[in-house]
Amino acid sequence: MANYDEELDASGLNCPLPILRAKKALAGMESGKVLRIIATDPGSVKDFEAFAKQTGNELLESGEEGGKFVFLIKKV
Amino acid sequence: MEEKKLAIIATKGTLDWAYPPFILASTAAALGYETEIFFTFYGLQLLKKDLDLKVSPLGNPGMPMPMGMDKWFPTILTALPGMEAVMTSMMKKKMADKGVASLEELRELCQEAEVRLIACQMTVDLFDMDTNDFIDGIEYAGAARFFEFAGESDICLYI
Repeated sequence: MANYDEELDASGLNCPLPILRAKKALAGMESGKVLRIIATDPGSVKDFEAFAKQTGNELLESGEEGGKFVFLIKKV
Repeated sequence: MEEKKLAIIATKGTLDWAYPPFILASTAAALGYETEIFFTFYGLQLLKKDLDLKVSPLGNPGMPMPMGMDKWFPTILTALPGMEAVMTSMMKKKMADKGVASLEELRELCQEAEVRLIACQMTVDLFDMDTNDFIDGIEYAGAARFFEFAGESDICLYI
């Protein structure tokens, strides 16, 4: 897993909270920094793809680790 | 990239139907949409400080019920006193268990994200509603105000 600057644990949260929390976390970060997000909502896989596409933030990685979904998003 | 716009009309005041406007508006705001919700008729309940919303199994054959009751429980019995309260507390518990945000939280997230919330003035007058019962930071206006924004919107939803 690549390096990251900040981490957000959205485990147990359901739509749309993982996206909203990620948006908030990214808002407090500098451009080019990477946010790692952990989620358990299966819908978050497609949602983070769509989030990245629509906001311009780059989805570097999307995968599964120990039964949870893990995403790396680089702030635009 | 020009900011997209989402306009929503929220017309329903039950616990289940309170979710779509706030979920969609908060998500849209997170995606960079400029968003407005116009609350009319029963939708005004969603702007009350004290959200005491209920869900009713009556006349709602699509509502999943425990023990497969939606398949065998006679419809007329869903009208019994107390059924609404039971189903409401079960729905709230289920939502909390599944990590679904509370309506208060979603509404706050909308306000934080600068989603504009507009209460229909006509409905307030019609039902003699007390504006002191509503949350702060909302606007009171009419249909023309809605079209000012909706006419420019990319997406317009009636919920």
